[in-house]
Amino acid sequence: MRRLTPYLLALPSWMWLAIFLVVPLAAMASVSLQTGNVIDGFVMTFSFGNYGDALGTYSTQLVRSLGYGATATAAMLVIGYPVAYWIAFKGGSRKSVYLFLLLLPFFVSFVLRTISWGFLLADDGIVLGTLKSWGVLSADFHVLATSFAVIAGLTYNWLPFMILPIYVSLERVDPRLVEAAQDLYATRGTAFRKVVLPLSLPGVFAGVLMTFVPATADPVNAQVLGGTGNTMIGNIIQTEYLVNNDYPTASALSFTLMAVLLVGIFVYARVLGTENVLEAAAR
Amino acid sequence: MRGVRGRFGDRLLHAYTWLIILWLVAPIAVMIAFGFNDKQSKSNATWQGFTLKWYGELFAIPDLSDALVNSLLIAVASTIVTVVIGTMLGLALGRHRFRGQGTTNFLVFAAISTPELVMGASLLSLFVSANVPRNQITITIAHVLFSLAFVTVTVRARVVSLDPSLEEAAKDLGAGPWATFRQVTLPSIMPGVLAGAMLAFALSIDDYVVTSFVNGSELTFPLWIIASVKTGIPPQVNVMGTLIFGVGVLIAIVNAVAARRRT
Repeated sequence: MRRLTPYLLALPSWMWLAIFLVVPLAAMASVSLQTGNVIDGFVMTFSFGNYGDALGTYSTQLVRSLGYGATATAAMLVIGYPVAYWIAFKGGSRKSVYLFLLLLPFFVSFVLRTISWGFLLADDGIVLGTLKSWGVLSADFHVLATSFAVIAGLTYNWLPFMILPIYVSLERVDPRLVEAAQDLYATRGTAFRKVVLPLSLPGVFAGVLMTFVPATADPVNAQVLGGTGNTMIGNIIQTEYLVNNDYPTASALSFTLMAVLLVGIFVYARVLGTENVLEAAAR
Repeated sequence: MRGVRGRFGDRLLHAYTWLIILWLVAPIAVMIAFGFNDKQSKSNATWQGFTLKWYGELFAIPDLSDALVNSLLIAVASTIVTVVIGTMLGLALGRHRFRGQGTTNFLVFAAISTPELVMGASLLSLFVSANVPRNQITITIAHVLFSLAFVTVTVRARVVSLDPSLEEAAKDLGAGPWATFRQVTLPSIMPGVLAGAMLAFALSIDDYVVTSFVNGSELTFPLWIIASVKTGIPPQVNVMGTLIFGVGVLIAIVNAVAARRRT
């Protein structure tokens, strides 16, 4: 009985993950190779051409999504690192207050947050409207429906996910190490580059993982903040599935997106020198 | 070496941190403010005066109220299922060694790292292939799926940090496995279980992407909002968002104060 305990404990979750994660991914792989339509049904024809067709039609959106995701992730890193640094080293007794303030956006629905953000950026909204009435901006200046608005929205929505892991790794850095470096005549800059930065890299690694994947695959920011010229792969997959009912094309696109992201993660892990992505993520 | 320049740099970083916090909360302030907007026209885009009217007419839009109720019911149901089976898996992974542990860890990692979009799309592929009608049940199934790994990881972290000798002591004192679990193990992993429950609830009530694939014709709160973006978001949405925000912040603060008392 004792020996069986872990298996019994794990059984319900195993079943859930097998039936609703593994089987669906297999179903999607199978659908991506089928042909047909929603009225007559779909038949397995092993048509690998689906991938070529889907990519031929939507490579622009796929490349654009990867570009937006990468740009937003880089922006989060540049914007977020100093915040994590300041809270970790200078936050003092109020560290948890700062962290709480950073987490406040998560108490508002993601969709609603993005809409409010679009509201702030509206052509005649609070910010642009005021600047226009002061004559600082020309009347036809706009931010919404530009790639900048979408990237800014992605950056806004996932910024705390970048700051928190970096904060956690910086918080573990012993300040005496920095003092020691300075005692050994390192300047502030050198001490940061040679001591603090390397020790914070696991946090940077985790932060990039936690933000790049969801930002690249997100359909909401492009839909709410972008115009027709900024559709991302997420919007295409949604439309193909839910509006056009073209399941094979949508499945092929979903698989391509997942494959590209997985390859990206592994290449990135290699470059950063982390031997085992699973281990790094599990920590 | 770290004289005036160092202190100036610190001040600059301090101001910068507040600037970023301001940026992060600005859209929340806008959401709250426009729940009090006395709008006359159809759109709720410009400030036209203060009113409490929308708080009184909170449930004046039946579809929106239904969507909110749907969201709450699904969040409660999926949280209960997720916490039960996720805690079990967290215990198995944190406390036991068993065959298939590596595979299980990989599955948990896969569930966390699969993009929501792919998760939703693949679930729809399954439901379409198997002719399963989409409704609240399929939404709940999907929500359990994406919360499960997070609850498991949260509980496992707590289990690993526990001292196993406590359970041994209980056994030495004659407690059976069930009594040991109820009186020793469960109370000591409770903070992890509660954190997991709050996470699962928050993930569920917030989800748009996965739900948009498996909802059939049922709408949840986020789906209703997206569907009404083109026609204009009514102030009731802001009020509901504000109330959810208020309750969430309150729970978090009470939780933090309670945790501080305990230590």
